[in-house]
Amino acid sequence: MNTTLILFLAFIAVTLGITAWASRLSGSSASYFAANRRVSAWQNGVAVAGDYMSAASFLGIAGLIAFFGYDGFMYSVGFLVAYLTVLLVVAEPLRNTGKYTMADVLAYRSHPRPVRAMASLSTITVSTFYMIAQMVGAGALVALLLKGSGISFRLAVTSVGILMIVYVVFGGMIATTWVQIIKAILLISGTILLSFMVLAHFGFSLGAFFTAVSQVHYHAPDGSEVVKDFLTPGLRYKPPYGALDLLSLGMALIFGTAGLPHILVRFYTVPDAKTARFSVVWAMWLIGIFYILTTFLGWGAATIVGRDFIAKNGGNNMSAPLLANALGGPIFFAFISAIAFATILAVVAGLTISASTSFAHDVWTNIIRHGQEHNPGEERRVARIAAFVVGAISIAIAIVLGPTANVAFLVALAFAVAASANLPVILFSIFWKRFNTAGAVAGLATGLLASIVLIFIGPSIMTVDAPTVAPAARHIIQHAPIFPLENPGILSIPLGFLGAIFGTLLSQRDPAGEEKFAELQVRANTGLGAEKAVAH
Amino acid sequence: MPTPPGSEPRTPSATASVWNRIAQTDDFKKLLAAKKAFVVPATIIFVLYYFALPVSVGYFPAFMQRKVWGPVNIAYLFALSQFLVAWLIAYLYVRAAREFDLRAAAVIKDLGNLEAKGN
Repeated sequence: MNTTLILFLAFIAVTLGITAWASRLSGSSASYFAANRRVSAWQNGVAVAGDYMSAASFLGIAGLIAFFGYDGFMYSVGFLVAYLTVLLVVAEPLRNTGKYTMADVLAYRSHPRPVRAMASLSTITVSTFYMIAQMVGAGALVALLLKGSGISFRLAVTSVGILMIVYVVFGGMIATTWVQIIKAILLISGTILLSFMVLAHFGFSLGAFFTAVSQVHYHAPDGSEVVKDFLTPGLRYKPPYGALDLLSLGMALIFGTAGLPHILVRFYTVPDAKTARFSVVWAMWLIGIFYILTTFLGWGAATIVGRDFIAKNGGNNMSAPLLANALGGPIFFAFISAIAFATILAVVAGLTISASTSFAHDVWTNIIRHGQEHNPGEERRVARIAAFVVGAISIAIAIVLGPTANVAFLVALAFAVAASANLPVILFSIFWKRFNTAGAVAGLATGLLASIVLIFIGPSIMTVDAPTVAPAARHIIQHAPIFPLENPGILSIPLGFLGAIFGTLLSQRDPAGEEKFAELQVRANTGLGAEKAVAH
Repeated sequence: MPTPPGSEPRTPSATASVWNRIAQTDDFKKLLAAKKAFVVPATIIFVLYYFALPVSVGYFPAFMQRKVWGPVNIAYLFALSQFLVAWLIAYLYVRAAREFDLRAAAVIKDLGNLEAKGN
């Protein structure tokens, strides 16, 4: 049995142990959905970082930097700066006025049923798309990492899916939080260790490191050898639309993060707004250090392993594990691979709990049951069933798509929807007195629709491939893209805001909703009436 | 205590007048003003500083590729500075928020006085 598999199994054993412990504590809604609101600042900060630093970041961004140098680092920058939006604008009011989901805040002053329905649709869309992207990546990766152990893509996806369902169904938010914390600590340690080894490889000379980065050798598709300066922008985002695409990406990142439902629900797990604030600061330290180090992983892989070798051995997502193999041999490769696996599992569990909580709390309790549970524990039961269904559907879709499916656009889509549909409505709910039900529904609908349509007529879906491209990796529509950018944010975010503004101004004023604005403001800013932590 | 959002009454709750009265107090107005005085400029600064990066990388590539320390160019240093600026703004916010917390505590004390007066 290979070392990677043993480390995988060790992680699974520990996390299942935590789930068993947590299942005995998850006896009430506040504990199942919000970990009793007793998670401390550092714990939540680490968990937020864990939820955020997905396999797409660890493997994907390292891979982008290994293949395209500086342009990949642009993602890293946006991922951290985005947390200022969370810190300054969203985290504290959300904690003070909501209970379990993003929709709690949006429905506070409006007619709750239509707003909750749209908010839940948006939440479930974002979470499911993001999850399918992670699962396809996970399956391909696990199958590749455990090559020779007889584990297929199908088995890998199914096991990841079943584990995530077990964490969420039995362990609720308490188990999900701790799985996230363990994974984040492993991920950060692994990244620091790997970066240290890259520096050691260059004799701890930053000068030598950057000199190597400025002259990376590889072969172009036509077989000619090229030497590129990987510190130079423009290797991925090229004219005529590259600059605009970068700008659009930046907008989706820094406005989307504060609208990602699985990040927002984390702020309900802390005792109060002040703890929420400090947890964002904790998260910013970890996320910042991690993303600065992605350059050492990416450029390390580009200079030490080489783009040619990575392309032949699993593609750019394998950059970080292959770098570990080159620097520390098979044991270190196994360690880094196990971390990648832990990362995938923790992130999909976080996504599952945010989607299933939204279904149970928004759709079932508040829309179908008009805000009251008919039987005690009903909301939790529905959430568990929803987690199972969401998990099963994601497993099925990931298996149908297969390991070579081009799914990176699903992550872009998740950020675009979060920035274009969720953020405008969150901001207006908290800061604009006149904002009403029609505005919320129109904003959510416009942002959601604009993001999806623009992605589908953009180059991620519509591109004419060269005849040499393998069938499974071909774009879905073989036609020149109608919308030229990969990232729709630059258009879809303004559309989301306009939808919310026009929906409000073109509909009747809502005196009852405006009356509640003073209440929302007082609560958001003072914490009066906020959900309390559950005592022992 | 105020109605939790779960039950979501559409008519203003019985406590609505209390919320309005708190919103009218000087202490609450000062709290909002203090927050606004920090959050609005801080947000504008970080958004402008952040977008300066993709704009200059995209539209002024020659300048950004200028090397300043061996092979290290302005583009990379500018990107690194984004991390420092983000951490700095977070630090300044946490420092400013100490004052917000004190002001919020004053508002909550006012509430006690309002209720003592017989509401």
